[in-house]
Amino acid sequence: MATKVVMEALSPTMEEGRLVKWLKNEGDQVKNGETLAEVETDKAIMELVARADGVLRKRLLPENEAAPVGQLIAVIASPDENIDALVSGAGAAPSSGGAAPPPAEVVAKGNETAGASSVPRTAAQAQGEASTPPQEKVTSAPPAAPGPRAPAPAQPASGNGGRTRSSPLARRMASDSGLDLQAVQGSGPGGRIIKRDVEAAVAAGPAARPAAQAAPAFQAAGPDSRDVPLTQIRKTIARRLSESIGPIPTFYLTAEFDMERVAEMRTAMAAIGDEYKVSFNDIVLKAVATALAQHPEVNAHWLGDKIRYFSRVHLGMAVAIEDGLITPVVFDADRKRMSEISREAKELAKRARERKLKPEEYTGSTFSVSNLGMFGIDQFTAIINPPEVGILAIGALEEKPIVVDGQVTTRKRMRVTMSCDHRVVDGALGARFLQTLRRLIENPLMLVY
Amino acid sequence: MPVITYRDALNQALREEMQRDDRVFLMGEEVAVYQGAYKVSKGLLQEFGEMRVVDTPITELGFAGVGVGAAMVGLRPVIEFMTWNFALLAIDQVVNSAAKMLYMSGGQFNIPMVFRGPNGAALQLAAQHSQAWESWLAHIPGLKVVAPGTPYDAKGLLKSAIRDDNPVVMLEGEMLYNTKGEVPDDEEVLIPIGKAELKREGDHASIITHGKMILVALQAADQLAKQGINVDVVDLRTIRPMDLDAIMSTVRKTNRAVVLEEGWEVCGVGAQVVDYIQRDCFDDLDAPVVRVHQADVPMPYAKNLERAAKPDVAKTIAAVKKVMYIE
Repeated sequence: MATKVVMEALSPTMEEGRLVKWLKNEGDQVKNGETLAEVETDKAIMELVARADGVLRKRLLPENEAAPVGQLIAVIASPDENIDALVSGAGAAPSSGGAAPPPAEVVAKGNETAGASSVPRTAAQAQGEASTPPQEKVTSAPPAAPGPRAPAPAQPASGNGGRTRSSPLARRMASDSGLDLQAVQGSGPGGRIIKRDVEAAVAAGPAARPAAQAAPAFQAAGPDSRDVPLTQIRKTIARRLSESIGPIPTFYLTAEFDMERVAEMRTAMAAIGDEYKVSFNDIVLKAVATALAQHPEVNAHWLGDKIRYFSRVHLGMAVAIEDGLITPVVFDADRKRMSEISREAKELAKRARERKLKPEEYTGSTFSVSNLGMFGIDQFTAIINPPEVGILAIGALEEKPIVVDGQVTTRKRMRVTMSCDHRVVDGALGARFLQTLRRLIENPLMLVY
Repeated sequence: MPVITYRDALNQALREEMQRDDRVFLMGEEVAVYQGAYKVSKGLLQEFGEMRVVDTPITELGFAGVGVGAAMVGLRPVIEFMTWNFALLAIDQVVNSAAKMLYMSGGQFNIPMVFRGPNGAALQLAAQHSQAWESWLAHIPGLKVVAPGTPYDAKGLLKSAIRDDNPVVMLEGEMLYNTKGEVPDDEEVLIPIGKAELKREGDHASIITHGKMILVALQAADQLAKQGINVDVVDLRTIRPMDLDAIMSTVRKTNRAVVLEEGWEVCGVGAQVVDYIQRDCFDDLDAPVVRVHQADVPMPYAKNLERAAKPDVAKTIAAVKKVMYIE
């Protein structure tokens, strides 16, 4: 059985992709999920992965050439299989057979994947869901007699490697009025966006701008967040580090906090009465939320072509469930009192284990915390939950001998490790965040200040 | 205000400048006894005598060189070429002597002279006598190049050219000599070299042109106005030095430019205008600049082919519509 490799929609708004580089040669054995090629979308360079095991028999799209979403660009098959029929159909417009689903479907899938939290997954999985056309399984039998075909899709406006064509004036006007040109329909030759298109889009007002529809993956920036386009240095950092270490170039910062005062506080609160009991985890959540409010630079999403910084803190907390884990969200955690966080965290964890969480309860987080301290894990590294740019892994609290004022003594200590997406968070930035967190946790009275 | 021909405007300019400064003299083929091949020098021999209105043999290189020598010793010659097509024979004196003397003499000899004559095509004069030379001449550092399209501009620019202390090339037109326009007789007409003029105002697009093509541009603008399209018509008047401010301000206003010239496309004056536009007005452009020019062939003799080869009103209108994304 042969598998068609088609140009996939690797971004929710992608209409066409340029094949930057084939990473597999014809004749190479490939595995399902393995990267076949790098593809430049309208937003970034993405990996196109194999959807089946087999041999990459034929590459149909040369490097540096573009193909509309849904077009056949390669064939994976067993070594001796006859693929002539498939190859001869190459370059044809995507058939109605589901190779290129309508944009609505793309949007829906994009939303689902991108909604942020749920369960952290591997990049490959995430990409698999975001990309639209599933590679079509076909047998090597000769194709059925040609039936009626759906009309070929209109030529995408961006004819040039996915680039949106626009006049210099239109670009300047769009920039002046804060309009996303990607969302404007061009009326000039080849879909070029010209002055009148920008004027019409501006006149239509923000509500009517298709920008909101065209960027379905994430909610548009609102009053609680601001989008910052990537600077060249950010782009370069992102590209270089991604080359080095997977799709999310992650680095880790570990710190050990003194927990004596937290323990004292917790004991004192419990002594007042059962209703004042809080867990260590609750205190850590409160401290992280407070620190995030002071460091919006790490309270952010990586959106491929820009970084979205949030002014509200929605804290995801990883909860182990029977067949995996899920990350319910404590919304506006920085504005909630410890008792509220405690109550909410308990309730969310309980319902998570009962699998009763609603989607809106596990999506929309801006940063996450994962705690394996209760399992006696000293320290660990957590996997970032994209598009978030950081996650904090909490280790076990334990008594350790340490030196205080020249004397060896025992103190309650806890190790935390922050995983940082280096495309957004540089080392010093992550370290400053942990510094703030240390101050809060080692002086927990600041949490009620 | 009196309405006079382009030819009479030039005649007035010569007469006034020869009256004003006795170092000014006119030299060329048929300028004296015959009163000029196009009657530009009519009456000048009678008024100023044969020392100042000098007939020459058919030796363009020779009399152009005599002019350069006269300029070096302090006279202010006006050299008339019967057409700029014939001036090819004198190009060495224009380019290598007149244009470079100030530079190569270390500033000792400036060359206050004018080379003038009709440029470009007339009607059915065939390939060798129908050529527009402005891009050749404007290419040369050391020359100033003016190309007036109206009687007023012709008078004002010729007077300024004669008073200029450097060699000035003036491109007239056989088809222009009979055109008429208002030229005041109660004031001195002097037009600064290097200054363009907005000949017509509109918001939708800009036609940037010079010389004879100003007439084409204005006709095109009239017809476009009937279709509700209003264009700026910028007359460069001087090709070197070019009035960049005028180009920038019209392109910044309309965001769309058509550059119209009589000559060929490759390395033409229009190419230079487009370069200035893309350098300084890149972010103002809503469409690629479109050029209108002669077809890239030797000018055909056959009337229908000649018409097809020349830039004209219809081609200009089509270009304006193209930059406006109409049709």
